Amino acid sequence: MNDGFIAPEIDWAVVAPVLVVLGAGVLGVLVEAFVPARARRVTQILLTLAALAGSLVAVVLLWPRVLRDGFAFIVDGTYLLTPFTLGVQAVVAVLAIPGVLVIADRTSSGEDAFAPTAAAVPGTAYEDAARQAGLQQTEIYPLVLFATGGMLLFPATDNLIVLFIALEVLSLPLYVLCATARRRRLLSQEAAFKYFLLGSFASALMLFGIALVYGFAGTVSLETVVLVLQHPELSPLGTMPGLVLTGVLLVLVGLLFKVGAAPFHTWTPDVYQGAPTPVTGFMAACTKAAAVGALVRVLFTLAAGFDDALRGDIVVALWVVAILTMLVGTVAGAVQTDVKRLLAYSSIAHAGFLVVGLVGFSELGARAVVFYLLAYGLATIGAFAVVTLVREQDASGVVLGEATRLAQWAGLGRKAPWLTAAFALFLLSMAGIPLTAGFLAKFGVFQAAVDAGAWPLAVLGVLASAVAVFFYVRVIVLMVLTPPADERAAPEAAGAAAPGAAGAAVRPVEGGGGTAAGVVTAARTAVARATVVVVGSRGPAALAIALCALGVLLVGLLPASVLDLAGEAAKFRP
Amino acid sequence: MQTLALAPWLVATPSLGAAILLLAGRRTDRWGHWVGVLASAATFVVGLVMLLDMFGMAPEERVAHHTVGTWVDAGALHVDLGFQIDPLSMTFVMLVTFVGTLIHVYSVAYMSHDLDRRRFFAYLNLFVAAMLLLVLADSYLVLFVGWEGVGLASFLLIGFWDHERVNAVAGKKAFVMNRVGDMGLLVAMMLMLATFGAVDFETVIGASAQGAPGASQAVMIAIGLMLLLAACGKSAQFPLQAWLGDAMAGPTPVSALIHAATMVTAGVYLLVRSGPVLEAAPDAQLVVAIVGAVTLLFGAIVGCAKDDIKKTLAASTMSQIGYMMLAAGLGPVGYAFAIFHLITHGFFKAGLFLGAGSVMHAMGDTVDMRRFGGLARLLPVTTITMGLGWLAILGVPPFSGFYSKDKIIEAAFMGEGWRPWVFGFAALLGAGITAYYMSRLFFMTFAGRRRWASDGPDAPHPHEAPALMVWPMIVLAVGSAGLGFALNVGDGFVHWLEPVVGHTEHHEPVLPVWLLIALTLVLVVLGAALAFRQYAMSAVPTTPPHAHALVRAARVDLHQDDVNEALVMRPGQYLTRALVYSDRTAVDAGWLGLAGGIGRFGDRLRRLQSGYVRQYAAQTLGGLAVIAVVVWLLSGQVG
Repeated sequence: MNDGFIAPEIDWAVVAPVLVVLGAGVLGVLVEAFVPARARRVTQILLTLAALAGSLVAVVLLWPRVLRDGFAFIVDGTYLLTPFTLGVQAVVAVLAIPGVLVIADRTSSGEDAFAPTAAAVPGTAYEDAARQAGLQQTEIYPLVLFATGGMLLFPATDNLIVLFIALEVLSLPLYVLCATARRRRLLSQEAAFKYFLLGSFASALMLFGIALVYGFAGTVSLETVVLVLQHPELSPLGTMPGLVLTGVLLVLVGLLFKVGAAPFHTWTPDVYQGAPTPVTGFMAACTKAAAVGALVRVLFTLAAGFDDALRGDIVVALWVVAILTMLVGTVAGAVQTDVKRLLAYSSIAHAGFLVVGLVGFSELGARAVVFYLLAYGLATIGAFAVVTLVREQDASGVVLGEATRLAQWAGLGRKAPWLTAAFALFLLSMAGIPLTAGFLAKFGVFQAAVDAGAWPLAVLGVLASAVAVFFYVRVIVLMVLTPPADERAAPEAAGAAAPGAAGAAVRPVEGGGGTAAGVVTAARTAVARATVVVVGSRGPAALAIALCALGVLLVGLLPASVLDLAGEAAKFRP
Repeated sequence: MQTLALAPWLVATPSLGAAILLLAGRRTDRWGHWVGVLASAATFVVGLVMLLDMFGMAPEERVAHHTVGTWVDAGALHVDLGFQIDPLSMTFVMLVTFVGTLIHVYSVAYMSHDLDRRRFFAYLNLFVAAMLLLVLADSYLVLFVGWEGVGLASFLLIGFWDHERVNAVAGKKAFVMNRVGDMGLLVAMMLMLATFGAVDFETVIGASAQGAPGASQAVMIAIGLMLLLAACGKSAQFPLQAWLGDAMAGPTPVSALIHAATMVTAGVYLLVRSGPVLEAAPDAQLVVAIVGAVTLLFGAIVGCAKDDIKKTLAASTMSQIGYMMLAAGLGPVGYAFAIFHLITHGFFKAGLFLGAGSVMHAMGDTVDMRRFGGLARLLPVTTITMGLGWLAILGVPPFSGFYSKDKIIEAAFMGEGWRPWVFGFAALLGAGITAYYMSRLFFMTFAGRRRWASDGPDAPHPHEAPALMVWPMIVLAVGSAGLGFALNVGDGFVHWLEPVVGHTEHHEPVLPVWLLIALTLVLVVLGAALAFRQYAMSAVPTTPPHAHALVRAARVDLHQDDVNEALVMRPGQYLTRALVYSDRTAVDAGWLGLAGGIGRFGDRLRRLQSGYVRQYAAQTLGGLAVIAVVVWLLSGQVG
């Protein structure tokens, strides 16, 4: 070893989108240590937004170069940029900005969505003291930055080990973030713990898959695996396709877990419900974008090396996943009574539609997926931002936690017409109604599926969309046409326990049975205790909602430029 | 043409007027009606400038197109937003804007006590804009926009006083029956698109003029009949005539402008414009003539029995448009005369309606002619202006109607076989009946003894209308008297239209022309004399006397509503009831069952979501196993 260590030559500009964000995250930790408490929050928010904007700028600056060369990579593909990767990074950065805005909003109630000190045991005197002292957990922002850094890295590598590291870098901060809700803290901590356990389980499966692929090809570089697939004699075990099939399927499990596709979706409703709502919005939009990006990166690259049999096997697996996911997302979504769980199942259904777009391994599919992620992400962040503003209020006028039961949303149109209009717009976009971004997004993935000969999947997708329209429109009907619950039922028991109390919800059993309408009626009588108010935004969340609504409308009405960009980003292999 | 680029302004000016009045709302209440008048007058001026420009050109250069831009560009279908400027469209522009402006002026006074006068003028302007778009369009699709626009304006104006249910119902009836016709135009356009691949006049009419190569006779007949259906709806021709009488529920200026002078003649315009299409389908053309002949007798018979002055005039309108329709169905020999009669009719019928409005104004909005009588001395100007209109519609020389109607009767007697005899005598008979019922109207209103209560709190005090109402009547009366002669000098109007409708060789009627004129005049004099004897010489009962079956039938419009209700409305209601029933029991039940199934399935799935991590992990692993099994089972079969 007398060669010593030879430092690799690294083109730092290529890594800039990730480095800016991760660097800002490190800086944010230092801010926690050295900036006085009063200025900490503002500093953190500005730093976070600046980092995300910087990352976006870096993406934009890299765009022409990567388009021209077709790729940019450093250290043997440890970090690999293709136009598709850069497109996904752009989507993640674009979505993270409104996501952070929602996280930063303290609303007119003066409290943000996060526990004053996350280390306090829920319901203890220490927690009360921390709240009264006005403490706040500003470590949220560096955690968001670390997670975003992982998301940016996730689709940007050729190396399966780096892929795994990116997965952990994005997951670990999210686990923590999920546990930090100010209200219903037990639910929040439970959600975080479930997420962590199940995430570890999926990570383990994925790692096992990586090991099997390594066993097959003797390498963790995807491009080299493709080479081995094409020339089996290059590797000692290269003639064992069962090895690589099992390995790839297991890697898919890890990625599909993050995407939230069935049957690896089980964590989604519980975690989405338990996590602080701004984090849910951020997680639902950005994590899905990054994970789908990584999925395309891995799957589409390997597809180049598959022979017909192997390809057929993977396609069958994707078909099963897509069908199951659409089925679970829409059918279970149709019977939800909690708006956050409803959006969670909606997110599962969208994962199904995204997988439909993947079955052709084509550039058409890659383009559709990038467009879809943007359209879905905008509507999702906006919708969760609206949820943060609809609150319960006890008899003495104190604003409590979010009023997430659907029945409480009845008559919201009268209390907050603009907010209702925005929420309706997001729901319509998710439902894929024409003139919104969601329509073209759905059209794109189904078109890709039909183009790949998977027309039954597209038909199933359209049918699933039809079922999904039911539960989206049901919410709109509830908000606009149904009179508010507090108008119909006089406050029956003023002294009843506040429904926001966390203890009751340790195990989120989904209550009741019967048809959707029955559930709504039953829930209506149950929630007559606390009134529902819409708190004002202090600015950031309102800005985020406005940006998302504008985005959904603009992308829906004038999609040409976004479609062109998505088309440029469709090239997924060097 | 240098002034061609002005064409869009003909439509834009009144649209702008309507937009101002509708959008600015109550703020313009005090002066809004003058905006309406100004918009209409300005449109007339623009039209006049274009007309004078056209006069300065050689006849063959007078047909021009002005394209504003592409409207529809969808695959094989390409439609421009274009205007057709030729003698035919300019004739209509002049009629619509000139008569329209007069009626705008008249309405300023007539509607002065109405709180919604501004809205009224907005609708009038909207109508003018739509009507001009209709006649200026250079494709059936653009024409259709105007066609629907006038239908909308008509609906809004018939039901203008919609606080009375009967007016609202009348508006709805007109709208629904017009929709039946509109479907005809839509189907015609679809057929044109399928046959010629285009809906612009140039392609469709050009191809038809060459015998429509590539189109079967059946298709051409279908197109012709569908165009006729459209024309029947808009022009209140048999069998879609029933709405026009009820449309008199609208304010009288509306009846004058829309339901006498202009909109109801749109059907005639459509058929004359589409002349070559009908010529390529002679059977359809024959149906046009038959419809015209039937309607002209139908309207005339109904007119004889009506006691409502406006409904009598409405029946007369129907009958006169029947003449035009008959002329349009006679082929090229009749086109020019159809338009000629349309113009003169536009003047004298508008004048008659304005006169009726003046009488109603004087008599406290009474319309029952049995309660009029002896008004000649009290309303001298109205009597003279209506008198001129009356002489014009009778066809007494040298008034307008003589020149135009006589030409149609003459043309109806041309041809071979049974047709000249049937159509000719129908037209001749119609002229006699027209003389009878119009004289009846005139004498019942102005001659004889007064039959209204002259004392009591509600007694009318007949007085002449204000100047703003009188002057438009005088101008129209002058037109009724002299326009026919002026246009007929040296066959001027016929030659003017030749660039559009083509030149036709003169044919001889089956009877000598002098005999026809003499026969017509004899019948007219007989009809008028009979009316004079019945309604001027003898007392008129104030309640309708018992009469024989034909009169009773004519009083209820020859049972047109009963027939419609029995043939269309009730079967339609039964059909919709049956559909609603089957929708509830079969379709809804099916969907609800499906929805319930999804709900139950969802509840099952929800039970899987137990909240226990161990179960979630098991589901993950189990799901993976299922996928693995499926992949293993299907391995090698999919590729």
